[in-house]
Order: sequence, then C-alpha cells, then structure tokens
Amino acid sequence: MTPLLEIDDLTITYRSARGEIPAVRGISFGLQPGDSLGLAGESGCGKSTVAAAVLRLLPRGTQVSGRIMLDGEDVLKMSFGTLRVVRWAGASIVFQGAMHSLNPVQRVARQIAEPIVLHEHISASAAEERAVELMTQVGLPTWRARSYPHQLSGGQRQRVMIAMALACSPQLIIADEATTALDVMIQAQVLALIKRLVAERDIALVMISHDLSVLADTCDQLAVMYAGKLVEHGPSHEVFGNAQHPYAQALSAAFPIVGDPDERRNPQGLAGDPPDPAALPTGCSFHPRCPVAMDECTSTTVELRAVRHDWQAACLRVEAEPTQPPAATPSALGVAAGPDARERDARAQERDAGSQERGAGDLRVRATSEDDT
Amino acid sequence: MTDGTTKPILSATDLAVRFTAPGGRIARAVDGVNLDLLPGEILALAGESGCGKTTLARTLLGLEHPTSGTVSFQGTPLAYSTKTLKAYRSQVQLVLQDPTGALNPRHTVYDAVAEGLRIHGIDDNEHDRVAEALSRAGLRPPERFFLSYPHELSGGQRQRVVIAGALVLHPQVIIADEPVASLDASVRGEILALLMRLRDELGLAAVVVTHDLGLAWNIADRIAVMYLGRIVEQGSVDHVLTDPQHPYTRALVSVLPHSPIPEPVVLAGEPPDATDVPAGCRFHPRCQVLASGAAAAEGVDGHCRTDDLPILTGGEQTQVACHYATSRAQAVTS
Repeated sequence: MTPLLEIDDLTITYRSARGEIPAVRGISFGLQPGDSLGLAGESGCGKSTVAAAVLRLLPRGTQVSGRIMLDGEDVLKMSFGTLRVVRWAGASIVFQGAMHSLNPVQRVARQIAEPIVLHEHISASAAEERAVELMTQVGLPTWRARSYPHQLSGGQRQRVMIAMALACSPQLIIADEATTALDVMIQAQVLALIKRLVAERDIALVMISHDLSVLADTCDQLAVMYAGKLVEHGPSHEVFGNAQHPYAQALSAAFPIVGDPDERRNPQGLAGDPPDPAALPTGCSFHPRCPVAMDECTSTTVELRAVRHDWQAACLRVEAEPTQPPAATPSALGVAAGPDARERDARAQERDAGSQERGAGDLRVRATSEDDT
Repeated sequence: MTDGTTKPILSATDLAVRFTAPGGRIARAVDGVNLDLLPGEILALAGESGCGKTTLARTLLGLEHPTSGTVSFQGTPLAYSTKTLKAYRSQVQLVLQDPTGALNPRHTVYDAVAEGLRIHGIDDNEHDRVAEALSRAGLRPPERFFLSYPHELSGGQRQRVVIAGALVLHPQVIIADEPVASLDASVRGEILALLMRLRDELGLAAVVVTHDLGLAWNIADRIAVMYLGRIVEQGSVDHVLTDPQHPYTRALVSVLPHSPIPEPVVLAGEPPDATDVPAGCRFHPRCQVLASGAAAAEGVDGHCRTDDLPILTGGEQTQVACHYATSRAQAVTS
C-alpha cells in the first residue's frame, strides 16, 4: 500500500539578509490513511516549515529539495493548477491563532463555504448549506452561521478553522499548534473533536505542537525535531515515556505528569538555548546542551538509527538493534535505561491503559457538550 | 509547611472587584475572595481565562482598587495613597508573562534592572545591586549581560532579566502572572527551578497565576482554583490535584494527559461571562455531578440550583465550595 504522504529527505533553506538559513535538514517520514503523527520541537526547530512545505506555502525564493509525495504525486513538481486542487481538497492546514486566519468582515458560514465553491463549482447557497452541516459536525450551533469571527470565542473560532479544513473532504489534515492558545477545557474539547474526525473519516493527521504530552495523548506516532532534523521517531507512548534521544527525554520531562511523585516540586529543564539556525554547532547539533555528550559528538554527524523496527533515534549512544526478539532486548541506550526512565514509562503506560478505556466515555461527554456552546 | 499559627504575609479578605462593562452591565471579576499567602510559600492561583485570576493578582499588587474588601500586607490593610503604594511595591513585586513585552527594547539589561532602584531612590552601590540581582536570576557572570539589549537575548534569558528586575529591591513577595507561558518547553523547567531556588535561598513567597496545573504540581505548595470570580477549591497541591473534591477541579485535572483521574470529563461549553453569574452554585449549569444525577441522589440538587455557596474563609486548610462535596464529607464524618 502506498503511503498517503511520503516525505523523503526534505531539505528547506530560507534566504535572508543574514545569508542562507537551513530550516529543515533532510527529514523523511510517511503516513498511511488513518495514521496520526505528532511533530514536536521548540520554536525555530523547523516543524512549521515542514507543514508549510507540504502545501508549498513557503515564501518565494526558499530552496526546497527532496520529495513530498501526496497520494502518489510529487507536490514540489505539481503545476500551479494541480496544486490549487490539492490545497483544501487533498490536504488542508489548521493554523494557530484563528483570529488572524479568519476574515474579520465576513460571516463564518460564508468563509467555510468559500473553498467548497471554488473546488466543487456549486452555488454559494448550496455551499453555505454544506458549511452549516460542517459547523454542526464540529460542535458549533447553527445560529452561529451568520456570526462574524469577533462574536465567537477562541474555542469556537478554532472550530470554524477545523470546519473549513474539512470542507473539501481532504485526506490529510495538518494541525499547526491548533490548540495551543486555548484554555485546557476548550483544548480538551477541540482535541476530542480532532480525534473523532480522524477516526470517522480515515483521515491522516499531522499535528504540530511544542507540547509533547498533548501530542502523545492524541497521536499514534511521535516525531521530535531539533535544529531542522528528526532526532527521534516512534510510537507515541515509547517516545514520550521512554525516549532514547537526550533531547526527546528532556522535552518529555519538561511536561510534568500531575500525580507523579517524582515530578512533585521537581521541575525539569534543559540548560542552554536552542541553537541559531544560521550558526549550527558542528557534529550533533544538540551536543552543546546535551547532558551525556561525548567527545565524538562534537564532530560526528548522527543520522537516525533503529532502536526497534518501528522506532528510531539519532544519537551515537543508540546501538544498532541486536537481532534478538524485541522483548529480550534491553533498552538500547544507557542513559534512558536508568530505572527512572523505565518507571516513568511504566507509569505512563498504566495511565495509557486507563485512557484507552476512555474512548466510549469521550463520545458520550461530547454528545452532550457540543450543542450548547 | 507551617503549623497553622503562622501569620500570612499577604492576604485578601472578602475581596471584590467589579467593572462596568459596555452597556452598563456589571462584571463581577472578583466576587468575594479570601486568600492567605504564608511567608516562604509558593501559592498557585489556577483557572481558565476570564475566571478573574489576573484581576485578583493585580488587586493584590495594588494595581486595581477593590470595590469592597481589603488587601493586607503583614497584617496591615493596604492604603491607596501614592506614597504607601510605592513603598508597598518595593516589597511585593510583579513578574509579567511576556518578557519581550515587559522589557523596553531600547533599555540595556543594566538599565532595565536598575530602574526599580532609581524609582525608589536607592543610589548606593547600584552596580553591585544590579549584578547581585542578575546572578540571583541565573545570568552569570552578570557583567556580561549589562550592556545587552533585549533582542540580543533568548526568551529564557529575557524572563530572567524580568525576574532580576523584580529581585533588585529585595522584595518579600513575588506575584508572577503566567511566568513560563510564553517560553519554550525546555526553558520552562529552568525558570520554574529558579523560582523554587529563590524561595529556598531568600525565603521569597510567591503567588503564581497560571492555567497550567502541571506548573502547580512542579513548584507550588498550595493551590487555589478560581471559577467565575470565586475560589472554588483550595488546599495543598498534593491533595487538591490528586483527589480534587470540587467537580470543576476534577474536570480540569481529568483532561490532563496521563491524568490521575482515569475518566476524562470534558465540560460542556465555556464559562459564562462575569456579567452574568448563574444563580445558586455558579458552576451548576456546567456541573457534571449535577447533570449525572449524583447531586440529586445526595439530595442537594435543589441547593445547587438556588443557594449560593458561602465564601471560603482562606487560611491554609483544604476547603471546597460545593454543596455535593460538603454533604458527602459530612456523611463520612457523622
């Protein structure tokens, strides 16, 4: 089965007054329909650049190399006409900050209808009827159709953005910090909505956030980026609970699990600052901040190595996988194999088990919750 | 923790702050709050946007005049004359959320930190005081940062400069409004560790206003959860976050990733606005306990809909403003 989205050795370099800035430095991953991938990393690591590249939304003059295959077609080689069809209908993006992405002087139903009119060449009124249906699906009351964006709350505006992203039934949705600005409870509502839609429509989802804990809860796979490269990629509960790359470990420890006694009165940080993309450190870009860096790390560039068949990390301390059954393999990385990492993993998994039971409950709560916003 | 006899350093008594909204409606931003901050304590003030937590923090700082009730510092009610407020603000300092907005882009780090000293007319050893505050805030060696401008620093460093500006006057209390919300994940922990270290080394008490319960779990001793202008539950972080009694707190904790509460409760809709506080328990229109019929089974559903709850009395014990939880607790003890 060919993947819906396949990114192969994607490299993106911005041009600026300061010279060439490598934002993305050779990343590869693939997604099948129904897959969800969380892409995590700090500001400036290149995660939003990847999202923009999938729909070719990068500023003119940006150098892009590698391949982005969307449903078998190379996005980078598409004619502009094909690209217009693919945007919204093949893949769509939900951006952060819905206030800035919506037109302040147009009623929301009309905005949701706009891509439908353009793509399906149906009348404006028929498209608006579809828009109202979509609003119901994302839990917005239908009387809101004639509202302007400023009359909606932040959570409602974010739902409008999601309705718009769904308007032309895309196979891929990219959510770029779609819930970051929302309150916890509203965030929970929007995340539950995204999860449900992905499951119902067999959509592939790329969710971008700096918040590893939210991604781990929403997506099946997690990929962590640092300085334009993937440093770890694998199943969510492994990457969040038992990260192999020291940066992924630090990032997952930065979001405490409430109720975990080890993290009580014990905030975990990482010294230093993210590197300047225009002046990257030699060798592994993480080595200046790495608590377990070795001499070789300053000079050796590390590519992703297999931790397991479905799990990779880019760290010299990750040994190539021994040819034994995975169950008998001790955790490959000395750093992560400490009792702390394993305990944390076990705790996270216990709670994950709890959260899987949540499925049915989720739907029940949502059914009562979405019509009275 | 203390034995219950320690006098609070900062307290709010029956505090209310009302604003007139456009159209003449009255917004009850803070609607009756008792809150005590003990010396050397980190208190998290948690709630969603619009719950009144920032207004409460501003009132504690003397930046808003309360409509009724008092703010007391070391037992003395705050007077709102320019002179007393100035003296008060050298003792109780504010740390803002967005360090980029809080710093003047044309002031060097040295000027930004020395500004407080200059306003308060402290002119001896300015150089040493600034250097000390910067190194306390983790910018070492401080001289290296003196002549930097904010744009030359990273987000975490800027937040440290803002904290140094608050420390330079040797305050007894810091009020921090979402101190890490605008920072990158890996930097967040470092700034939180700094706040804890300041408490341990200087005995600095802090009120940390946040929507992030993980932050409270990371650094706070006690937590007060606000909903629509009232504190609905308060107590030690260990109790409140692992076994919340108020349905609102329970819902907030339940939607956290890997929550200690297995069944997530995603509340309906959004909080009503402060001009339209529901009658009875202000949370009842969204309350999952009332909706599930558990409150009716307990025989308190009528109270939930009609009787406003008494205002929590402050102090450091665990308290909850909920008819259902109170009735259950009485059933257990009797």
